[in-house]
Amino acid sequence: MSPARTIRPVSVASFAQARNVRRDDEHNEVEMLMPVVAEVFGNISITKDDVDFICSGSTDYLIGGPFSFVMALDAVGVWPPRSESHVEMDGAWALYEAWTLLQEGEIDAALVYAFGRSSLGDLNEILALQLDPYYEAPLWPDPTSLAALQAQALIDAGKATEADFAAIASRSRKSALENPNAQVAIDIAPEVLLEDPYVVTPLRRHALPPITDAVAAVVLAAGDKAIEWAGRRGRKPVWITGMDHRMETHSLGARDLTVSPSTAKAAEMAGVGGGPVDVAEIHAPFASQEVIVAEALGLGGDTTINPSGGPLAANGVMSAGLIRIGEAAEAIATGRARRAVAHATSGPCLQQNLVCVLEGEA
Amino acid sequence: MSERCAVIGVGQTHHKAKRDDISIAGLVREAAKAALEDAELTWADIDAVVIGKAPDMFEGNMMPEIYLAPALGAVGKPMIRVHTAGSVGGSTSIVAAHLIRSGAHKRVLTVAYEKQSDSDAMWALSVPQPFAAPLLAGAGGYFAPHIRAYMRRSGAPDHIGRMVAVKDRQNAMRNPYAHLHLADISMEMVEESMMLWDPLRYLEACPSSDGAAAMVLAAEDSISGRYPPAWVHGMAMRSEPTMFAGRDQVNPQAGRDCAADVYAQAGVTDPRKDFDVAEVYVPFSWYEPMWLENLGFCDLGDGWKLTESGATAFDGDIPWNTSGGVLSSNPIGASGMLRFLEVAMQVRGQAGEHQVDGARLALGQAYGGGSQFFSMWVVGSEKP
Repeated sequence: MSPARTIRPVSVASFAQARNVRRDDEHNEVEMLMPVVAEVFGNISITKDDVDFICSGSTDYLIGGPFSFVMALDAVGVWPPRSESHVEMDGAWALYEAWTLLQEGEIDAALVYAFGRSSLGDLNEILALQLDPYYEAPLWPDPTSLAALQAQALIDAGKATEADFAAIASRSRKSALENPNAQVAIDIAPEVLLEDPYVVTPLRRHALPPITDAVAAVVLAAGDKAIEWAGRRGRKPVWITGMDHRMETHSLGARDLTVSPSTAKAAEMAGVGGGPVDVAEIHAPFASQEVIVAEALGLGGDTTINPSGGPLAANGVMSAGLIRIGEAAEAIATGRARRAVAHATSGPCLQQNLVCVLEGEA
Repeated sequence: MSERCAVIGVGQTHHKAKRDDISIAGLVREAAKAALEDAELTWADIDAVVIGKAPDMFEGNMMPEIYLAPALGAVGKPMIRVHTAGSVGGSTSIVAAHLIRSGAHKRVLTVAYEKQSDSDAMWALSVPQPFAAPLLAGAGGYFAPHIRAYMRRSGAPDHIGRMVAVKDRQNAMRNPYAHLHLADISMEMVEESMMLWDPLRYLEACPSSDGAAAMVLAAEDSISGRYPPAWVHGMAMRSEPTMFAGRDQVNPQAGRDCAADVYAQAGVTDPRKDFDVAEVYVPFSWYEPMWLENLGFCDLGDGWKLTESGATAFDGDIPWNTSGGVLSSNPIGASGMLRFLEVAMQVRGQAGEHQVDGARLALGQAYGGGSQFFSMWVVGSEKP
């Protein structure tokens, strides 16, 4: 593996998401996905017959039953049969799998989608089941408590303060006012947020992500299709110029929780440092985690972080990472950025991280 | 352009009803270490890890790649978790192979597993879902009506299922890793076993196993290992919906399309003649004749005649499931990868007692869901 290997240019040709909500009681996963899949195709006037591969990301544990991805396929309607795959991961990794296939040059377009209704269960209990099933999960450590350990480590290391977390939360939810799909959008000053009670010290209520039902879809395209499909909307293609993801060890005690070496490595391999970053869409569910990821990505003061509002404004489990890629691509396509970075995370305390670099044409 | 990809190492656990000597991490590591040793590599040589398994609820461990990363040497590396129902072991192998073919990596470790004794697959499969047909009787109850439909369509006599049950268990006697070693298996023994889901008797169904499978895949410039590489000549996945009016669940279109795709890639025109051996996902005996037809090894309606003639037996002209198949070992998430792995062993000439002499080209197949997800690959001893 070498960062210098030749990358086939692949574009984020279309992106769509449902309005992120606290609870959608009126639609099941298929019903939530259908209009989004229709929109992601409709944006560029294509149909399912125009994509060569389909890949989705989801987890059975949100719905509480096996094979939740199976019925979700009905949102696309895979008849005649399609070349299709699924990762039990955030949709950002489904996009990575599709991007890998497109690199081989034998296919030119793929549909990627992700879904998850966090409202169906108790995320604090569900996500505890990601931990070592013998030594950790039986203690039911919830993700908020683990993130609080990480936040306290940051404070103890002198790398951040509670006021920093409040500033991040305030900025995120203010930015979300510009995003019609965001769930939590409000203009509240950090000083006011600091009056919130603690949920788990040192994390106050504002530093936690909302609980969100969400679905999202992306069409990837390469070659002539990328140019033609962008042109149908009067746009130029938004190209993925690099993408990589890295894993860290599971044992929290073996990690320095104040840094994210996996993000830094993925950023290096994806080529984040190869130019200025106008916009970064960071999948840091807890405000404290944004400090860590921003540092690992090597971002300077010129980068606008999470203009969409980010996961503090809407945190659909399994789709929030894919939405970061979609939002970063939209920022470029609509002229708000020339070069952007999208980030996705998985596991407790940022254990696994993906970095995607996107660029527009001059 | 697409890089060539080969299997350079294989490893598997001794599959058993309960591997209570070992954790889930220990189970996957046992298979992965064996694959690394076979490839004559160490953990440090691996660029990325791709892991697959069936539903997380089977063990009660959500997104287990998070927990298993250190056990599989994935720290600091890319790691992907695949889940495509019963076909997952095959799909996982294919996703790993794409990482090589795309030029992203030189050596990829791929692992699949299930530790069924840690939970209860029947329970996990039976959680009621709104607007979905309940699977209260597990997979066998779901597939039995399709088998009856096949018998009606083809006019196959009752004993065909029993023949497959005996043949695959006899093959398993040659495979030291197989879960079931039934030395005295016979048609009478199968016939006398309990009826589970008419027409399937107990001995016509797969066991419930703990086990893992692993392979090391490599690019053309990174070949190593104790045995010659098994080159990937073709690979494909196909999916179709679970339910709609007119869907043929006995002979699914997705299976036929997937086979046509993979045969075209590998230049196969007559599968019965062109392949030396095939490992096909047969969790219930009758799926051998059904898949013989779906995969084009014979004309429609003739699958059972091929089985009855002995063509698919170890000494037949096209041996199927020389490892003993899913009927002899069923760590669900790994069952598809074991098919892909066995054919790699065959064309590398490392299958020992279950080696088919001179095997040069072989088909591995896995299916899942309601006969709706298919993954297949063709491997050969010669470079494609």
